[in-house]
Amino acid sequence: MFGKKKNVVEASVGSGENAIANKEIEGLSQGQLVRKRFVRHRGAMIALVTLVFIVLFTYSASGLHLGSEKDPITVPGWWHYGITDLSDLRYGDGVCDDGATGCPTLQLNPTQPNFGLGDHPFGQDDIGRDYFALVMRGTEQSIMVMIIIGGMGGIIGTVIGAIAGYFRGRLDGFLMRLTDLIITIPAIIIGAVIGYKVGNLGVVVLGLYLGLFSWTGLARLVRGEFLSLREREFVDAARVAGASNRRIIFKHILPNAVGIIIVSVTLSMSGAILLETGLSFLGFGVVAPDVSLGSLISTYQDSFATRPWLFWWPGLFIISIALCINFIGDGLRDAFDPRQRRRITKKDRQRALTATK
Amino acid sequence: MTQNVEPILKVENYNVEFWVDGVWYPAAIDMNYEVAPGEVLAIVGESGSGKSSSSMGLMGLLASNARTSGSVRVKGVEMLTANAKTLRTFRGKEVAYIFQEPMTALNPVYTIGFQIIETLRNHFDMTTVAAKKRAVELLEMVEIPNPEKSIDKYPHQLSGGQRQRAMIAQSLACDPALLIADEPTTALDVTVQAEIIDLMRNLKDKLNSAVLLITHDMGVVADLADRILVMKDGLTVEQGTADQIFNRPQHPYTQSLLAAVPKLGSVSTRPAVPTEVEPILELKDVVIEYPKRGRIPAFTAAQDISLKIYPGEILGLVGESGSGKTTIGRAAIGLLPVKSGSIKVAGNEIAGATPKYLQTIRSHTGIVFQDPASSLNPRLPIGESIGEPLFLANIAKGTELNHMVEDLLDKVELPRSYRNRYPHELSGGQRQRVGIARALALNPDILIADEPTSALDVSIQARFLDLLQELQEELKFACLFISHDIAVVEILAHRIAVMQHGRLVEVGDRDQILRNPRDEYTRMLLSAVPVPDPAEQKLRREARMKLRG
Repeated sequence: MFGKKKNVVEASVGSGENAIANKEIEGLSQGQLVRKRFVRHRGAMIALVTLVFIVLFTYSASGLHLGSEKDPITVPGWWHYGITDLSDLRYGDGVCDDGATGCPTLQLNPTQPNFGLGDHPFGQDDIGRDYFALVMRGTEQSIMVMIIIGGMGGIIGTVIGAIAGYFRGRLDGFLMRLTDLIITIPAIIIGAVIGYKVGNLGVVVLGLYLGLFSWTGLARLVRGEFLSLREREFVDAARVAGASNRRIIFKHILPNAVGIIIVSVTLSMSGAILLETGLSFLGFGVVAPDVSLGSLISTYQDSFATRPWLFWWPGLFIISIALCINFIGDGLRDAFDPRQRRRITKKDRQRALTATK
Repeated sequence: MTQNVEPILKVENYNVEFWVDGVWYPAAIDMNYEVAPGEVLAIVGESGSGKSSSSMGLMGLLASNARTSGSVRVKGVEMLTANAKTLRTFRGKEVAYIFQEPMTALNPVYTIGFQIIETLRNHFDMTTVAAKKRAVELLEMVEIPNPEKSIDKYPHQLSGGQRQRAMIAQSLACDPALLIADEPTTALDVTVQAEIIDLMRNLKDKLNSAVLLITHDMGVVADLADRILVMKDGLTVEQGTADQIFNRPQHPYTQSLLAAVPKLGSVSTRPAVPTEVEPILELKDVVIEYPKRGRIPAFTAAQDISLKIYPGEILGLVGESGSGKTTIGRAAIGLLPVKSGSIKVAGNEIAGATPKYLQTIRSHTGIVFQDPASSLNPRLPIGESIGEPLFLANIAKGTELNHMVEDLLDKVELPRSYRNRYPHELSGGQRQRVGIARALALNPDILIADEPTSALDVSIQARFLDLLQELQEELKFACLFISHDIAVVEILAHRIAVMQHGRLVEVGDRDQILRNPRDEYTRMLLSAVPVPDPAEQKLRREARMKLRG
């Protein structure tokens, strides 16, 4: 990028008025302007902070677990239970209500004597494993799958779609038939085969392989967008200015297609959680004793009436992660679109009417 | 006009306001006018003056963030407070609209016959057969050739002028008492425009309808209007008969508006440019073809074009849409491949050049595109757009580049602080200035200007032409100025080339082409240009009728 001009030049200019005038005409690049607009988007910033907090919290709680089952690479976390540690199941009168087992010890009401986290804040599962450890571990796995699948699908889909749409001709035909070929194979079958082959190699490898097959929809969308944008006059203008194909694709056309890419990637990230859930449900994805948010929910789907907390916690994390991703995507889309304006609500209209009367 | 006749449209204390970001912005303030049967009232003004939105508001056709107040009566019935049902019976039947762009106003998936029949059957209890018969009659009335066959054609199968005729036929379907024509000829070529204006005049006389004509083209107004209402920023500036407004304008704005309109034959002679030197742009027997695509056969857009432009010269290239003038401009800068012939820019051959070689040639050339809204990347701040050629040619980077961008902005008289704005935050005229700044960034020897003023208002166009002339005198670049507007070309050009159907019909000195055209087509083209003077336009009209026979 060019046009980056730091404040250094103007620092020596002296008088305050001059400095303001200089600041206004200071050249900002596209990237700088987008960043400025993104930071101003309140929803996106809150979502970004929340997501970073969730990631730090879960990863530090359960520690890092990479590698395959046989030779794991592990960094221990701060929570005192692991996902395989068994402790005594809590049950009985005065401990759990309604004869439930493994109820949570988390008490948020400060007037109660047992206020605080307790030993098992999220409760325990059927055999007494600590549910907090399980949820943390599951969130960690799901975030990993989501980011890897979304990121890989986004990058591959954008590049293939952009190349096909920009160059057209034979290359376009080849790339689109390839896309068709991959679309015709049902996702769940690809997932099952991949899960069967590499499921025990850990969630990172699983995510990478799934990412190789999740770019098709985005590639189609980006291609369509490029087909129409490449005919616009500003592309000719850039070519006359001497821009290379690469520069035209990435600097001129791609920012105009960013809205569609972000919407599609955020959707596919939420879809990735569901795909992983489905695979785990079929026994191909994350294999026991390891867990993911999806496998936790599907394992305990029968317990909703009697032990709802087995449902709440993983559900809460899925929803907050998906919401954060969508808000960030929204903020990015708005930041890239300079035309973004506020909509008129009925309330605004009413207020203006009363003001004029 | 006759005052004892009941007016068809009577507008009193009429206001239109739009709700934008928490504030009501007025688009039309306290308008008062009436239109009698058989009378043409023209509302003129520049874009943003509220002429279009005020007329859309008459029949409640505005977006939901608008509100109207005052009184609008059509044949004595109040429209602003009328319920949806009354409005619906009036729309189409009593009040009909003709829109600017017939391609978007006609539905592309239905035949024009179907659309006319639909309008008829919405308002009258008619059988399909009877409606079809009436539709053929209407098409005949608007002089569409072969109406029985044309009725089954889709909008894309008709030419621009025929589409506009079809739309007029549709709006006339129910013999409306009031016809609202919103820039009915803006999207058309001058010769077609002249035909449509004639058609509208004849129909108005035949049907005795009232016409509300909304336009920015003073030539059209002079040709058609009985009375004129001038608008600026939502206010009615002046109102009077065509003769009053054109010959004795009272308000300074009307005077400046009329002064800004380029008049054919009003410019003094220009000194000729030395032609004994080597031409900066030379086209020799150039043929340009759009290749076959699927079942669409190859199309030859330009044939046997030979042209020379000398240093410091402005050559005006005129012709109607589809004549291939834009094709020439784009080929001259290497954006279109040449099938045969040779194009030389400053002695370098463009035809068949490698992309790398083209890059070096392009540092000699600059291009200003027709539509500034589309030629500037909407996601790129304009400072970056202007600086891009400099950056890519490795001339400047960082601070140095910033200074050069500032210089260019100064040159085209834009504030330096605009560099961080996005194109949509600028007005049309400002955007076109950005286009010029970008084209001049590399100090080109030749500038190709492809209809740079067609999207601009007259007063902005006048300022833009002044700026271009000043820059040309200062920087001495040669210029290929492509335009459909002969009056604009007259102001700028030293020589003029006329194109028709992909061929050059005539090339010559400006004065020779304008005063003494040799080619039949050039004469047709010149006679079709409306002149902003009712009396003179009447004479020209009659002369044209004679020419056409």
